[in-house]
Amino acid sequence: MAFYFVQFLTGLASAASLFLVASGLSIIFGVTRIVNFAHGAFYMLGAYVAFSLTERLSGAFGFWGSIVVAAVVVAAIGVFVEMVLLRRIYHAPELFQLLATFGLTLMVEDLVVLIWGPDDLVGRRAPGFKGAVDFFGQNIPSYDLFLIALGPIVLGALWLLFQRTRWGILVRAATQDRDMVAALGVNQKWLFTSVFALGVFLAALGGALQIPRDAVHHAMDLRIIVEVFVVVVIGGLGSILGAFVAAVLVSELNAFGILVFPTISLILVFLVMAVVLVVRPWGLFGKKEAPARRTPGLTVIPWRPLSSVERLASLAALAFAAMLPFVSGNYALNVGAEIAIFVIFAASLHFLMAVGGLASFGHAAYFGLGAYGVAFLAKIAGLPMIVCLLLGPLLGAAGAAVFGAFAVQLSGVYFAMLTLAFAQIVWSIAFQWVAVTGGDNGILGLWPEKWAASPSHFYWLALGVSAVVVSALRLITFSPFGYALRAMRDSPLRSESIGINGKRIQWTAFIIAGTTAGIGGALFAYLKGSVFPDNMGISLSVDALVMVLLGGVETVPGAIFGAIVYKALNIWLVSQTDLSKLVLGIFIVLIVVVFPKGIVGVVESVMHRRRTAAPKAAPLSAKMEGAQ
Amino acid sequence: MQRRTMLAAGLGLAVAGLMGTARAEDVIKIGEINSYSLLPAFTEPYRKGWQLAVEEVNAAGGINGKKLVVVSKDDSGKPADAQTAANELVSSENVAMLAGTFLSNIGLAVSDFANQKKVFFLAAEPLTDAITWSKGNKYTFRLRPSNYMQAAMLVEEAAKLPAKRWATIAPNYEYGQSAVAVFKKLLSEKRPDIQWVDEQWPPQGKIDAGPVVQAVAAANPEAILNVTFGADLVKLVREGNTRGLFKDRKVVSFLTGEPEYLDPLKEETPEGWIVTGYPWYSIKTPEHDAFLKAYQTKYNDYPRLGSIVGYQTIKSAAAILAKAGSTDTDKLIVAAEGLSVPSPFGEITFRKIDHQSTLGAYVGKTAQKDGKGIMVDTVYRKGSDYLPGDEEVGKLRPKD
Amino acid sequence: MSLGVSLLAVEGLSKSYGGIHAVRSVSFMLQAGEILALIGPNGAGKSTCFDMLNGQNVPDSGRITVMGEETTGRKPRDVWRLGVGRTFQITATYPTMTVRENIQVALVSHHRRLYDLWSPMIGIERGEADRLLDLVGMAGYAERPCGELAYGDLKRLELAIALANHPKLLLMDEPTAGMAPRERVELMRLTAKIAREQSIGVLFTEHDMDVVFEHADRILVLNRGSLIAQGSPAEVRANREVQAIYLGEGLLYDARHREGAPA
Repeated sequence: MAFYFVQFLTGLASAASLFLVASGLSIIFGVTRIVNFAHGAFYMLGAYVAFSLTERLSGAFGFWGSIVVAAVVVAAIGVFVEMVLLRRIYHAPELFQLLATFGLTLMVEDLVVLIWGPDDLVGRRAPGFKGAVDFFGQNIPSYDLFLIALGPIVLGALWLLFQRTRWGILVRAATQDRDMVAALGVNQKWLFTSVFALGVFLAALGGALQIPRDAVHHAMDLRIIVEVFVVVVIGGLGSILGAFVAAVLVSELNAFGILVFPTISLILVFLVMAVVLVVRPWGLFGKKEAPARRTPGLTVIPWRPLSSVERLASLAALAFAAMLPFVSGNYALNVGAEIAIFVIFAASLHFLMAVGGLASFGHAAYFGLGAYGVAFLAKIAGLPMIVCLLLGPLLGAAGAAVFGAFAVQLSGVYFAMLTLAFAQIVWSIAFQWVAVTGGDNGILGLWPEKWAASPSHFYWLALGVSAVVVSALRLITFSPFGYALRAMRDSPLRSESIGINGKRIQWTAFIIAGTTAGIGGALFAYLKGSVFPDNMGISLSVDALVMVLLGGVETVPGAIFGAIVYKALNIWLVSQTDLSKLVLGIFIVLIVVVFPKGIVGVVESVMHRRRTAAPKAAPLSAKMEGAQ
Repeated sequence: MQRRTMLAAGLGLAVAGLMGTARAEDVIKIGEINSYSLLPAFTEPYRKGWQLAVEEVNAAGGINGKKLVVVSKDDSGKPADAQTAANELVSSENVAMLAGTFLSNIGLAVSDFANQKKVFFLAAEPLTDAITWSKGNKYTFRLRPSNYMQAAMLVEEAAKLPAKRWATIAPNYEYGQSAVAVFKKLLSEKRPDIQWVDEQWPPQGKIDAGPVVQAVAAANPEAILNVTFGADLVKLVREGNTRGLFKDRKVVSFLTGEPEYLDPLKEETPEGWIVTGYPWYSIKTPEHDAFLKAYQTKYNDYPRLGSIVGYQTIKSAAAILAKAGSTDTDKLIVAAEGLSVPSPFGEITFRKIDHQSTLGAYVGKTAQKDGKGIMVDTVYRKGSDYLPGDEEVGKLRPKD
Repeated sequence: MSLGVSLLAVEGLSKSYGGIHAVRSVSFMLQAGEILALIGPNGAGKSTCFDMLNGQNVPDSGRITVMGEETTGRKPRDVWRLGVGRTFQITATYPTMTVRENIQVALVSHHRRLYDLWSPMIGIERGEADRLLDLVGMAGYAERPCGELAYGDLKRLELAIALANHPKLLLMDEPTAGMAPRERVELMRLTAKIAREQSIGVLFTEHDMDVVFEHADRILVLNRGSLIAQGSPAEVRANREVQAIYLGEGLLYDARHREGAPA
């Protein structure tokens, strides 16, 4: 009995640190609607700064002072980031801020290694909380007890802050309705900045408090960020109490889960998140979001099919690309084939995101399923390559059909998180079910048959398939189905009242996107000759998001250019420098600031402005607000 | 302005890339791949190691008179990126052979690539048994003692312990699973009286150490096998120390004696764990002394195990290239099979039967000295003594 | 009026939210070609009533029949398939599409071609879309991005969308809200004309009593969720209870005097 009680307390201690970080994320999201990918990076910075300070300042006062000072220092960094970077892009399309914070995360990961060195750092134990307390023969670390107490204290303090101060009331009002607060004449800029500072402070505090029990290292951010997203979503976005309850729930599940199912701890939290989202789509304490007041960017240029000149230009570009084998070596062809495959992948996500308005955070699952589909067919069934290429993507289609049916019931960030959960579940299965998937050692020896084996042949194959898939998706975009999908994105209310079964349209689109991603994955398996769980991992999903956002989510061909630019740059940087993340991060942040609508988006609006000459395209968001 | 800076940075990088590649006629190139950006803690000392080796080889006249050049690429910790890098090295850089890699899955990916493209590959650090056995191929050789060998070395010590009730803690992926499987199998063979009372499988890199420690303690084992490493190990040790898990219990632990894993623990270092590792401070052989001196002179730092691996990878590669007298892949394979080369740990041989080198490891116990973790009572275990017989290996490995 | 089944029959419709009766046992009928206005002060339950009629909202009790077929609790898209068109108080259109495309989507849905993945939309039902645009007086607007339209134009566009499935019944929630007075008159005249010509029944809510009394054949008056009066404009005007409700606002009396006067 004592054991179970102690296990419960241990879970509570884990919950406390999780809660600190999660509450910060939740507050930031609630007010600014920014999905702050850099939250983990701030957590990590908090730990690093606190480590440096505690090594220099001795004594109890030095230690605890260092923890608080570290959090304040990192919060100041957060304020700097908010003012210099995020303020410029609040009006960019949805999720664009995610791109910026993702770039920041990349930078921070390399910077901490440059500043603090590559080794794991083990900080001091907390003065006064070094030992353990005996409880019926079980030892409870006293630091755990401290954390257990801290959780509710922080919760209480936040509650007082939000209920009893003018600032807090404004923040709560802004969480409910941003525009209303703006209309009340509140200085929204400083409200956002202060909210961001508080959120970052909490993250950094959470990180700093890990020093006595964890190692400080440069991958801490990734370790926490996904789990924190899960907690925030289970609890309900913007709800601090929800974050607390969810943190306790997740941590206790972990603590007791390992007693019953020691091997599935990785999946457990995602299973819980999936179940919560299916049953309670807005999280435990979340409220249904007001019908998304879509702010489609600054101005909207209606999509149109290619003109005949543009069509010729595209064909010329394709023909030009097809000449590559005559002028360059095998490596360039290999890279070219990889880029072509990523064009397919990005285009499939773009179809879902841009046409369907459904931003998936787990799109790599279907890419990876396509790859594993090929691997199973080729290695187990021994089918020829062409058959594998045709049938392999069906595994992606099947996965999309099952998961999509649940996911399309949600929208916005909740949709994103449910797709993430599904992707993580699929990834975990591939990673841990070694007997079938080979685990992280993957499935090897999937090389193309002779007809496609030479680099130039495979390049042509990839380029050809890519051209076909991109054209097909474009065709669908401008077909009645594509319009119905856009109709659901623009106004579900109108769509339902002109006879469109929106969920079924979205589900179909999800399957189309999953299948096309699977086609990319199938080719990828043959390009690399192997499949690994990496092929369905979070980082690949994020890559795809970055490609789409980089190209321009409000444009039709954005994904193609985003994929080419991002992938080519990525391969080149990885080949040239160990600091590829730093350079890539800087590049992404610059792109975000210079091209707030993505590369193609900016090019298009410049051309559009030239064409129309007169500034006819009035800001749409203003118009829509006026209409209400 | 900002864009111009970017451009300048890009140009700088491009120029640096060009400078690295010398003229083709009078050099022999080795293509080297490792997880520099993902695992700098391990790959930094590793890089220093191979850079020292390159210097030594060229100071001694290069390879049959040709200068040795190592073209090094980052794989960002992803198998797919490692293959892109391998492709670049083979297609654009025209390297004579591939070498390197740390993670098992990346080692396997590059090994498979080598098999497909018929390129010689010397795997440096990956531990997985598959790379020389179940997924072994003609083109791939491996330097470091494998999972199986490390397990066998530890089992030898574990079998001597009186403990009968054992628990295991291992990261839940292929490495952890196969380490536990081999250890269990070998130990149970030697000691049929042993009971396995609990197993914990925390996710790699995400251990929730408190509950894990608590759960293991609840099973009340007499001894524990640990396979976690890195940040997970730090958390496990800290929680275990606070909660008294390791008190009066024997712990056998993979790799924990390597400076990469032991050094961060400092005052938290547990006493008396039986570990494999690299006690650079207490090895007193002429070969190692020479290496240590050269390393410390060049870098003003002490070597980690990665330094040994990096150094020996290039030393071995140079020996293979020198013996082959050619960069032809088949000749390299013939030269490598059965080749004996000196190493800081004494002479090692690349076995013909499975392409595994006989490089061994030090087995000893952990202890604290001046607030730092060290290994004591260390013994060098030769790799050749901990590999199964030829007949069994023949069964494990697919025919070429 | 016609002797067959009514176009729309509502019996005992009720809806409450946490003890507050938003709509209480409302019953009425609507015949083909008839224009019926639903009026009442703010919060009287007009919008709730409307939402239940087209399936946006599910009634607690009561029965809704459209052309003899019960639609109570059915989804908006199913109600639409029976020939019911709807416009919204706050317009709901597709801002990123052109005006013509907005109508094409509705036409494609009407012709059940939503799952056509290959045909270019640009040529589908183009003529019919342009005819509808012409009908609501927006012939020149076809290529304009819908997001750029003035509010009055959006209202007309909504009417065109609502007409795309050859409806038998039009539900119009405050069709002229936010429009200039002249536009209001024009829009309602247009609606009335179309309704008479195509024998469409129209149910609309409206705050502007000029519009109501000029165009409605009959008027329903809702107050606090209950129907307190119904009948011809003259009957409703004479109803004491209605007068009492509107007295504070003075709307009814004003309306009489303002008729025909310049705005």
